Amino acid sequence: MSRVIRPDSWLVRIILPLAALAAVPFLMPQAWLLNLAILGIMYAALASSWNLLAGYTGYISLSHAAFFGIGAYALARLAGTVASLRGYGPFLLTIPIGVAVTLAAIPVGWVVLRTRHVTFAIVTITVLFIVQTLAFNLTGVTGGSEGVAVASAPFGASDFELPFYWVMTALLALAVIIFEAVRRSRLGLSLTALREDEDKARGIGVPTQPLKVGAFAVSVGITAMVGGVWAYYISFVMPQYAIDPLMMVGIALTAFLGGKGTLWGPTIGALIVVPAQQYLAFQVGASDLYLVSYAAIFLLVILLLPRGVIPTLGEHLRARRARSVSVQSARDPEERLDEPQHTPA
Amino acid sequence: MVHTVIQALILGILTGGVYALMSTGQTLVFGVMRVVNVAQGVLVILAAYLSYTLYSQFGIDPFATIVLVMPAMFAVGVGIQLLFIRPVQRHRGSVTFEQTLLIMFAVAVGIEGILDLAYTSSYRSIDTSYANASWTVAGYTFSVVRVLAFALAVGLLGLLWLLLNKTPFGRAVRATVQNPTSARLLGVNTERIQALGMGVGVSLAGASGAVFGLIYPFDANSSYDLVSRLLSIIVLGGLGSVVGAVAGSLVLGVAEAVVQTFSPVWAPFTFLVVLIAVLLVRPQGLFGSAERGAL
Repeated sequence: MSRVIRPDSWLVRIILPLAALAAVPFLMPQAWLLNLAILGIMYAALASSWNLLAGYTGYISLSHAAFFGIGAYALARLAGTVASLRGYGPFLLTIPIGVAVTLAAIPVGWVVLRTRHVTFAIVTITVLFIVQTLAFNLTGVTGGSEGVAVASAPFGASDFELPFYWVMTALLALAVIIFEAVRRSRLGLSLTALREDEDKARGIGVPTQPLKVGAFAVSVGITAMVGGVWAYYISFVMPQYAIDPLMMVGIALTAFLGGKGTLWGPTIGALIVVPAQQYLAFQVGASDLYLVSYAAIFLLVILLLPRGVIPTLGEHLRARRARSVSVQSARDPEERLDEPQHTPA
Repeated sequence: MVHTVIQALILGILTGGVYALMSTGQTLVFGVMRVVNVAQGVLVILAAYLSYTLYSQFGIDPFATIVLVMPAMFAVGVGIQLLFIRPVQRHRGSVTFEQTLLIMFAVAVGIEGILDLAYTSSYRSIDTSYANASWTVAGYTFSVVRVLAFALAVGLLGLLWLLLNKTPFGRAVRATVQNPTSARLLGVNTERIQALGMGVGVSLAGASGAVFGLIYPFDANSSYDLVSRLLSIIVLGGLGSVVGAVAGSLVLGVAEAVVQTFSPVWAPFTFLVVLIAVLLVRPQGLFGSAERGAL
């Protein structure tokens, strides 16, 4: 390995993987493949932003799909009223939406994070279901079960998917760059301490509550931005799809499958789950067998790969390296950082 | 005005009794296994469909179907524990909480899919001759079905109390709730207790299913609304506390009924508001023990 390209550098960990993702539209320009890729990157972005909270603090939020829906409705409502926003305008609109949701999530996070892990998860599920019920009931804002239409994007049919692919990738980049920047900072250490033992961390002066709330707010803010882009892409927001418990399990499971607490785990998980899920949907139609098969995939993933792809691979690699006698007896920084149980990698 | 409020109170208490039946099962499962049974809502709906089928195909009275549905749901609960929870437990030594949460979530989605397949997604309701009958006492209306449901809930909760407090099985359950490791050291077969505890919890969902079907029209999707109520209730009561679940059920049942009377649209909001109030004032819930603050 060259000395110039260190495996722990920004180049290797962030820039090269993003460049590879950015090359996808050139390698497979067909619309249906790009459509699949957009969905995959969308789940990658959702799981990666979820990972900002779950990976760093260990708190499993099951309310993210609600914030996704809030972002979607916000875009649908705002793009309709601000008439000058056409073409790329709605993409810009996701920025104020993201900022607004992040700010609004601070008090919400402060309340729900008064609980510890188990109760937190339950409370967030409740938030998810209640927001869905509200989306159905508050017909003035959401149009109820009839949904809200968004003016569809005026891009040409031949390259309609492209802008959406870039924007989704940009949001994924935002999530992973924040993850990596935090990992390299003192903040990452504090968060890791918090995850390992919250009471001890607080004892040694880590401001646990502000950190948790901050992670929650940033995490759901990016999720809402993804929701906004999604609404613009499909140009119709309906409560059962915008705030979908199935999507919530999908996000959490995607992150688990790839490796919660790792940099690219959620993305790898998404690139496995989404094609599998789309293949199933294609095979069995959007019928109800779809739900059953979806559940079956989830159960298989948890039962067979409880720790996720990246941590499992990392374990195998370490085991192999250990067998080939300690060639690098000096501790490789990567080796230590890959252990998701101790430090997010 | 006063009459309306009292009528809502009556309705709320009667409904709360049914919630209590569902949520005690859920909180019991949490106590015994540290598993959040997010499938409890869809299991209630499953039981409602079973009662519906027994009633419409064989003409068995919905309340009588409980005798058949409860054991069936007991088996379902034990089955879920053996098939999905125990393998992870064996594999990892101990099941991490988030894995079981996702497992139960996936089980819920799977059951929902099966129900959609078997019964399609049109609304069903169990229409008996007495479904809309009511008694009038001192100017207040008492729906026959809701009164019977409340009586059933009180009876079954009484039996549950006896089971937990007066039998060797109950002692083993309580020991497992308090400290699984010590219970094992004292010779309690905790794996068996967990499977049976899951069965008991789910069979309570089974008993409430018939009642649910009598009171509300339902389809597989109704479970989402239901489970969010149940989860709010057990957080309000304190996770793992059976008494708390009963108290939480009555509080939220009444709160919802009162809000429902004045503004049906905002009724689902009641649960959120109560939940937030609980988290602000007493995050461990009404009957949650403070030393379990790490929950």
